[in-house]
Amino acid sequence: MTIMNPHLKFQSQAVAKPYFVFALMLFVGQILFGLIMGLQYVVGDFLFPLIPFNVARMVHTNLLIVWLLFGFMGAAYYLVPEEADRELHSPKLAIILFWVFAAAGVLTILGYLLVPYAGLAAMTGNELLPTMGREFLEQPTITKIGIVVVALGFLYNIGMTLLKGRKTTISMVMMTGLIGLAVFFLFSFYNPENLARDKYYWWFVVHLWVEGVWELIMGSMLAFVLIKITGVDREVIEKWLYVIIAMALITGILGTGHHFFWIGAPEVWLWVGSIFSAMEPVPFFAMVLFAFNMVSRRRREHPNRAASLWAMGTTVTAFLGAGVWGFLHTLAPVNYYTHGSQLTAAHGHLAFYGAYAMIVMTMISYAMPRLRGLGEAPDARAQTVEIWGFWLMTLSMVAITLFLTAAGVVQVWLQRMPADGAALSFMSTVDQLAVFFWLRLVAGVFFLIGLVCYLYSFRQRGRVPVAVAAAAA
Amino acid sequence: MSTSLEGYASSRRLPGDLAMWFFILAELSLFAILIIAFGVTQVLRYEQFSASRQLLDTSTGLALTLSLLTSGLFAALALQQVRQTRQRRGALLLLAALLSASVYVWLKLSEYAHLAGQGLGLEHNTFFTLYWLLTGFHFLHVLLGVVILGWMAERCRRRAYTPGSHSGLESGVLYWHMVDLVWVLLFPLVYVLN
Repeated sequence: MTIMNPHLKFQSQAVAKPYFVFALMLFVGQILFGLIMGLQYVVGDFLFPLIPFNVARMVHTNLLIVWLLFGFMGAAYYLVPEEADRELHSPKLAIILFWVFAAAGVLTILGYLLVPYAGLAAMTGNELLPTMGREFLEQPTITKIGIVVVALGFLYNIGMTLLKGRKTTISMVMMTGLIGLAVFFLFSFYNPENLARDKYYWWFVVHLWVEGVWELIMGSMLAFVLIKITGVDREVIEKWLYVIIAMALITGILGTGHHFFWIGAPEVWLWVGSIFSAMEPVPFFAMVLFAFNMVSRRRREHPNRAASLWAMGTTVTAFLGAGVWGFLHTLAPVNYYTHGSQLTAAHGHLAFYGAYAMIVMTMISYAMPRLRGLGEAPDARAQTVEIWGFWLMTLSMVAITLFLTAAGVVQVWLQRMPADGAALSFMSTVDQLAVFFWLRLVAGVFFLIGLVCYLYSFRQRGRVPVAVAAAAA
Repeated sequence: MSTSLEGYASSRRLPGDLAMWFFILAELSLFAILIIAFGVTQVLRYEQFSASRQLLDTSTGLALTLSLLTSGLFAALALQQVRQTRQRRGALLLLAALLSASVYVWLKLSEYAHLAGQGLGLEHNTFFTLYWLLTGFHFLHVLLGVVILGWMAERCRRRAYTPGSHSGLESGVLYWHMVDLVWVLLFPLVYVLN
């Protein structure tokens, strides 16, 4: 491990690599469970009782969150030393925390799959501090405590690096986002008896993550990659970043109101939620303008075309998924009919993929060739395969979103619009939607093919580098 | 002819930072949605709105408007002084703007306390829900503006702005004019027009 990597500005950036690799492994798991569930939508007893639907769903969503967290941490370990212009405070701590987090993650997923959920709760002593049983936050309390410990160690490591080094807007925005991520997670430990109150705090984690602090993390990662691949002045890029995060926070924090419409909260939330979240597409639109503007003003032709494509792609897909598809059902009078329908699922898929899965892959695409000692970019063939992966995954996700949207519209029509008594029941409605679910499953298979392409591009990259590395050395 | 046209073109340069203009555009869109929501609801609940409006004091509204407009004037004059290399006067004018804005803050807080004391809170009726939302969101902008004015006054005093380089000052004053502009729309909408 003492071999110097000439393509890294600081050798400690190398700790990002296991984080990225493990993130992608979990991503594969997420997609496999997504496909299992996609099939269970139309073949109800598929894999029953081995993997019931609720377990598959829990694994699918939890893997998503955990792989994104691994991706963010890897991104921070890569980005912060370079921005701070010094080595990471403790690479050893970063590696120890990697193994702790990976072990906790794997054990938790195995727990979901091998033990009935109630049994898992009993095994892990949930009754001492009950936090389990809430969507996305299903992790046993002991895992949650582990996440907090890992987050604290991580923030300490990154924070010390920043304190001792150069402070840039990008690293400060990243740090703010990461601290916010850790702080808002603490609400997952508070679990009031009253269901309406419980939902408030639950959204503090879920909403203020994805429509608040995660946007800061996304913005800073995007800005970092854009500086690197376009060579545009840092000053210009930072100015855009300020505007984007200001708009993200102004609209995102009060936009939490769109989750308080029908949970027994005061009426004022109908106004606050509708009006402020109507503006939530704005920061995402600004990101589109930002990325395309910077790329068109580029001062150099970066050899990593794939990374540029990811950077531009993530902004457009995030704008569509988070911005447009979010807006579709965010106004209270519309949401009265659409909440919790397949429209929500459509929005969730494109938003998470576009904003967060794609920004992590943008970072991986930029950093991985350097981390692997290949140079600025992989060879042309590997990039072509990666770009195939990009288009297959992105277009499949757009197709999934369109099919779920169609399913959602029909669902609202059959189940929500008719007067009481005339409306179809939930399960009868689902039967009517089968054709959309089959189409969604097909799109899901294409997504997996895209993912395989993407992963295969890493194998291709291994061939050329010897020459590139030798030349660079 | 061409020279004067060029001179005209250069004087038509966009003051401040483009990013600030983008931010202002986004903010104005948000206020526009709030104002439209208020206007449409007023049409739908005409009786309630005109009865509730009687409970607001128009003269307080006028005083608020005057204090904010005066503050905006001082900020604009400060910018003019800095452009003529009179930073010290600029700093004093920014302090005057800050003082005038503080009058607004004080008046608005007294009005809020008065209304809350009468039980006319956020949940009283739709008029007051929207009253608190619109003016409250604007009030947060005023508070941010007060901080910005103070910061700019201090920088101005330290001669950080020069006639050749004062884009930060222009951006700050632009923001403050936006806050002014929004209030000028809110005042008639909320306090006066029936």
